[in-house]
Amino acid sequence: MSRIGIPRTLAYFIYFPFWKTFFEELDQEVVLSSPTTREIMDHGVREAVNDACIPIKLYHGHVADLASKVDYVFCPRLVSVRKHGDFGTETFCPKFLGLPDMVRLAMDNLPEIIDVRVDLKQGKDELLNVCSQVGDLLGKSEVEIKKAYQSAMKVQKRFKKLLYQNMTPEEALDMLFAKGERKPLLTQPDLQIAVVGYPYVIYDDYINGRILSLLAKENVNVYTQDMLSDKIMNRQARNLPKSMFWYFSNRAVYGALHFMQQKNIDGIIHITAFACGPDSIVDRLLEIEARRHGQIPYLSIAVDEHTGDAGVRTRVEAFLDMLRFRREKS
Amino acid sequence: MKISFPHMGYSYLALKWLVENMGHECIVPPEPSSHTLDLGVRHAPEFACIPFKILMGTYLEVAEKGAEVILTSGGMGPCRAGLYWVMHQYLLDELHTGVKVVAFEPPLCDLKDFFKKLRWVRRTGGLSVKEFVQVLRITWEKIKAIDEVEMLSHEIRPYETNRGETTRGLWQALEMLDAANNEAEIEDAMQEGLKLLRDVSQDRSRNPLKIGIIGEIYVVLEPAANHYIQIMLGEMGVQTDRSIYLTSYTRKNTIVNLEGDVFEIAKPYLGEAPIGGHGANSIGETILYARHGFDGVVQLAPFACIPEIVAKSIIPAVSKDYGIPVLTLFIDEQTGKAGVQTRLEAFVDLLEKRREVKAKRGIERLVI
Repeated sequence: MSRIGIPRTLAYFIYFPFWKTFFEELDQEVVLSSPTTREIMDHGVREAVNDACIPIKLYHGHVADLASKVDYVFCPRLVSVRKHGDFGTETFCPKFLGLPDMVRLAMDNLPEIIDVRVDLKQGKDELLNVCSQVGDLLGKSEVEIKKAYQSAMKVQKRFKKLLYQNMTPEEALDMLFAKGERKPLLTQPDLQIAVVGYPYVIYDDYINGRILSLLAKENVNVYTQDMLSDKIMNRQARNLPKSMFWYFSNRAVYGALHFMQQKNIDGIIHITAFACGPDSIVDRLLEIEARRHGQIPYLSIAVDEHTGDAGVRTRVEAFLDMLRFRREKS
Repeated sequence: MKISFPHMGYSYLALKWLVENMGHECIVPPEPSSHTLDLGVRHAPEFACIPFKILMGTYLEVAEKGAEVILTSGGMGPCRAGLYWVMHQYLLDELHTGVKVVAFEPPLCDLKDFFKKLRWVRRTGGLSVKEFVQVLRITWEKIKAIDEVEMLSHEIRPYETNRGETTRGLWQALEMLDAANNEAEIEDAMQEGLKLLRDVSQDRSRNPLKIGIIGEIYVVLEPAANHYIQIMLGEMGVQTDRSIYLTSYTRKNTIVNLEGDVFEIAKPYLGEAPIGGHGANSIGETILYARHGFDGVVQLAPFACIPEIVAKSIIPAVSKDYGIPVLTLFIDEQTGKAGVQTRLEAFVDLLEKRREVKAKRGIERLVI
């Protein structure tokens, strides 16, 4: 049995249940890096190339956190997860494409990196293919791999179902693996707000100044794009002149457009990372679309290494005040 | 129709000819200036890369001059350049300019759309298919000729004895090419231009440093964006070789095309290619320049350019393994010419010292 480290960032928020189940079915121990802390971030900033965006720096930090505790770091090269986009070439941000190489060349004293290439647009069985590569590396037989793959698929499906019931990934993971209970709402929320952005920015409490708990405390019901099924989201593709090239960006854009069309949504918050390349397009596009969709209130928050809770809180509170004021007036 | 297009290096001469000879009126995009950049920065998203901002400024400038349609390129990603036109169109609409951006997507991605747009441009200009093909061919010849004289100028500049003579020769050659209207005239103008450059008074006893220029296509091709880096280096007495020319892929004589697949060369360092833009190329090209005995490499990229950041994080390993110094310049609207010059001078000093040390070591070895 070997210990497999999974960094608690980037794709973790969406695909962790699959890989956790897969590895555990193969009798491996899965080690998660600790939730983002100041030390992890500082370490990442030190290790990563200085021009990288904060999520990539954080990834380096999480890998460093795992390095001494595990036998392998699981850092797949995410190329695509579906055939989508105007030319069927949807992929991930170039930094995801080069991530295993960036990590390997930037950091010393790393355990072995599992850097399988995940390119699911190739065909239906591609994921099983990827799984066999990982399983082979761990010396598992074809039968074992297939069995693990099937139970992993099942768990991932259950996870998605929980997300569709308006849970955040952390809540859903808690329910899946720790048999947690859903916390009952104390009061009836008076505002409905959609928070869109990349999972690794909107669900990472440390980096976004705990915005989700802040909103909950302020009596706001939060929706994110991950609570929508692909079917609902992909309908939005035809409302754009051209889809984005990046999987997570497409989800953020489609989700935001969907929420803009819902009458019960009071406002949209887009959380973006400082100097994020894809978001330079996404953010302005959403801003313009929000205006075109009947002036729906839109707040964009850029986070970086220096983002503090207080700064985010001030802006969010101002936004909520404005929304409530607007409602009273009408 | 009044048509304009992005300004990228000297290619505008050929594209101007193309638009005019398709039966349209051409609004020639002015060379990007600080005014262009100011305009672009004001209206573009904050974190858009500098090519986006410069193009935004250019489009607003040509819109003021009356352009109705802007022809540009699309892309299949994952570099965001493929979405420029979408965002530019959004922003131009927001500013009520009435300009339409027509983007040619890569023909391999959407052949039908590509031909539809080509036909639209041809029909509105009133050309027959035969005439259209002829016009396109001459344009291509013109681009090739422009690249030809530019390449020679960078080769000759470090040898010139009167500073600026080569650059003046280049301007003259480009003017002659601008006036040429058919294949024969282009050939004549090119030969005349090449001769002009070869006749520049030179001191061939010099042994100039050799630096390869790699990076993102727009800032590499547009001198106004990279502060005329090749001319600057040339006048410091450095011979430069640029990895990208518009006609690169048809050439067999440039260093980058000599050894086949640049992605294959980059593979030991980057397991995925392409990663958008010229990210993977930059890594492969650094290796190629090292193999061809270049003294150093300058990587040019816009601030926050995604593929080049990936390349930048990997290049130190390449640089160490192959013993070739690499200077990375990230360019944004705050970059000043003096800043670029200071860094280049320091880099060139370092390379000269390195060469000296190497030569000395060589002699010591001979003595022993």
